[in-house]
Amino acid sequence: MTRRRVREALLGYALILPALAIFGLFVFYPFARNFKLALYQAPPFPNLPSRYVGLHQVGQVLTSSNFVQSLVTTLLFVVLVVPAGLLIGLFLAVAAQRQLRGLAIYRIIFSSTVVTSVAVSALVFYSLMNPVVGLLPWLGINPHPSALQNSTWALPSVALMAVWQFVGLSFIIMSAGLQSVPEEVLEAARVDGASNWTVFWRITVPLLSPTLFFGVVVATIYAFQTFGQIDILIGYQNAAYEHVNVLIYNVYTTLVYGGNPGRAAVMSIVLFLITLVLTLLQLRFLERRVQYGR
Amino acid sequence: MGQVVFDGVTKCFGDVVAVDHLDLTVADGELLVLLGPSGCGKTTALRTVAGLEEIDEGSLTIDDRVVNDVEAKDRDVAMVFQSYALYPHLTVAKNIEFPLRQRGADRAERTRQVHDVAETLGLTPYLGRKPGQLSGGQRQRVALARAIVRSPAAFLMDEPLSNLDAALRVQTRADIVSLQERLGTTTLYVTHDQVEAMTMGDRIAVMDGGLLQQVAPPQALYAEPANTFVARFLGSPGMNLIPGVAAEDAVTVAGGTVPLRDALLPLAPVGRSLIAGVRPEGLRLDAAGSLEASVVIVEQLGAEAHIIATLDDGTRVVVRQEASRPSPGLAETVRIAADPAAVHLFVGDGSGRGERLG
Repeated sequence: MTRRRVREALLGYALILPALAIFGLFVFYPFARNFKLALYQAPPFPNLPSRYVGLHQVGQVLTSSNFVQSLVTTLLFVVLVVPAGLLIGLFLAVAAQRQLRGLAIYRIIFSSTVVTSVAVSALVFYSLMNPVVGLLPWLGINPHPSALQNSTWALPSVALMAVWQFVGLSFIIMSAGLQSVPEEVLEAARVDGASNWTVFWRITVPLLSPTLFFGVVVATIYAFQTFGQIDILIGYQNAAYEHVNVLIYNVYTTLVYGGNPGRAAVMSIVLFLITLVLTLLQLRFLERRVQYGR
Repeated sequence: MGQVVFDGVTKCFGDVVAVDHLDLTVADGELLVLLGPSGCGKTTALRTVAGLEEIDEGSLTIDDRVVNDVEAKDRDVAMVFQSYALYPHLTVAKNIEFPLRQRGADRAERTRQVHDVAETLGLTPYLGRKPGQLSGGQRQRVALARAIVRSPAAFLMDEPLSNLDAALRVQTRADIVSLQERLGTTTLYVTHDQVEAMTMGDRIAVMDGGLLQQVAPPQALYAEPANTFVARFLGSPGMNLIPGVAAEDAVTVAGGTVPLRDALLPLAPVGRSLIAGVRPEGLRLDAAGSLEASVVIVEQLGAEAHIIATLDDGTRVVVRQEASRPSPGLAETVRIAADPAAVHLFVGDGSGRGERLG
C-alpha cells in the first residue's frame, strides 16, 4: 500500500470510530452479552450468583406454557395488525394517487401517524376507550369489563391502535410503490379493454408485489416489536395483561417483574431470529425481482 | 375498420391549449401521420382518440360513433406507446393475449390468435419470455402484436420507432407500412421525424402550437406547403425563406433578386412585402446568378453537399448540390441562381409566419 492509501484508510477508520464506539457500547456488546445471559439460570433468591446451565434453559423456556402462550398471542397480534395496516395504507395511497386539487393536505394527514409519538397516541386511545367518556361506548360498544380490562377485547384494542399508528408508514410505502408503476403501462391496459378493477388487480398489484412484500416484512417486524402501546394501554397490573403478553412484552416483564434475565434473554433471541429470517426473506425476494425492467 | 373524425376537438391543460379546434378526418383504412415538433399537440390529439385524455370542446367520432363520453376500454382502438408499455410481469404470450382476455375470448381462440400474430411478427421463439429479456426491436414487435391481435377499429401509434437504432428503424418503418396495408386498418401515427412521415403516411397532418397547419399527401405537402412553418419544417434542410419586396418580375431581397415565373406575377404587385421561398435544390451556384451571398459553412454529406451562406441582411440560404461539383471556400462571396419554377411566395403576418400565395 502506498502512503497515501494508508493515510486515507486511517482517516476513514478515525471517522467511523465515534459511531462504532456508540454502536459497540449500546448494540453490539448487549447483543453479545444477551447470548451469554441465555446460558445462565437466575438464582432462586436475589443476591446469589447465577448458575451456568448451558442450553438447558433454552429448552426449558421454549417448552414452557408461558412462552408458547406468549408466542401464540404474538402471532395473533401479527395477524390482527399486518393485513389491516397494509390494506388501509394501500387503500389510502390509491385514493390519494389522483391529481386532485387539495389532495396534498390528505397526504399529510394520512402520513402523520409516522411522526406521532407512541406515548401521546396511546393516551389518546386510552381516552377513546374509556368506558364512561370514550368513543367506544358512544359507538355502542361497551363490553364489561371495559375494553382495556377485558380478556377478549384487550388484544384487539391494542391492535387497533397499532394499526392506526402503522397506517402512516404503510401509506408512505404504498404511495412510493404506486409511483414506481409506470403510468403508460396502466394506460395500455385501459386501452386494451381492462376495467379499473382489472387494471388494479392484474397490473398494479403484480407490479406492486415487491412493495407489498416489503410492506409485509416491515409490518410484521413492527407488530413483533409493538411495546409502548401495550405497556401504556394495558400494563402489567391489568387484569387482561396475560392476554396481551406478546413476546417483546414478555421479555420485559420476565426481566423487570420476574427478575429472570436468563429466560428474558432466551425469548429475546427467539424474537431476534424471527426478525432475522424475515429480513433475509425480504432480501432474497428483492434480488429476484430486480431483473424486472421494462 | 372505421374512420376517425375530429370535429373542433379542443384540449386544454390549465391555461395551455394543447389541441386547438382540430378538424381532421382519418379515412377508413388510411395511414395518417400527425407530424410536428415537440409540444405541438400531436400526442395529445392521439391520446384523445384513445380515451386517455378527455376533450374540452368539439366531438370525436370513431367508426360513426361519437366517443366523447366513451371510456378508453370501450373504444375499440389499439395503441402502441413510445415506451411500448408492455406488462413487465407477463410473458410475451400473455402480453399479446391480454386484450383478448379482456374481451372474453375463449382459451382456444386466444391461443390460436396469439400464435398467428406471433408467427406474422416472428415472435414465436420468444412467447415464453418476459419483456425484460427481449431486445428493443423485439419489444417493439410485441407492442405491435398486442395491438394487431385485437383487429381494432383503429391503430394509434405514438412514436413507436423512436427507441430503435437507426438501421432497425428503417426496417421496421417498412414493416409497419406493409402490415398496415395488408390489414387495411385505419391508423393514426404520431411522429416528429419528417422522414418517417414522408415515407409512411398516405397523408400527413402537420401541427404546431396545437393548431393544424396543413393536411396533404407527402409529396403535395413538400411541393406546396401551405405556410412558412410547413415549408421550413419539411425537408432537410427546410425551405429557404427570404423576405423582400415585389418588383417588376422578381422579388427584391438583400443581396439581389429572386426571379418570379409568370403565374406568380399577378400575386406580387410592385411594392408588396413578400417572403420568397425556395427549396435548397431550387438554388444553384452560378456566376450569372441574381443573388450574392457569403459562404458560412459547407456540409459534405457524401452524395450531396449543403452550402450555407448569408445574404447582406444576415438571412441564411442553403444551396444543395451534388458532392462532385466544386464547393466554394469559407467566407467566399458567391452568386446564386434560383429556378423560377421552384419559387413559392408567402405573405407574412408580422409574426414571422407567412401564408402561401397562389
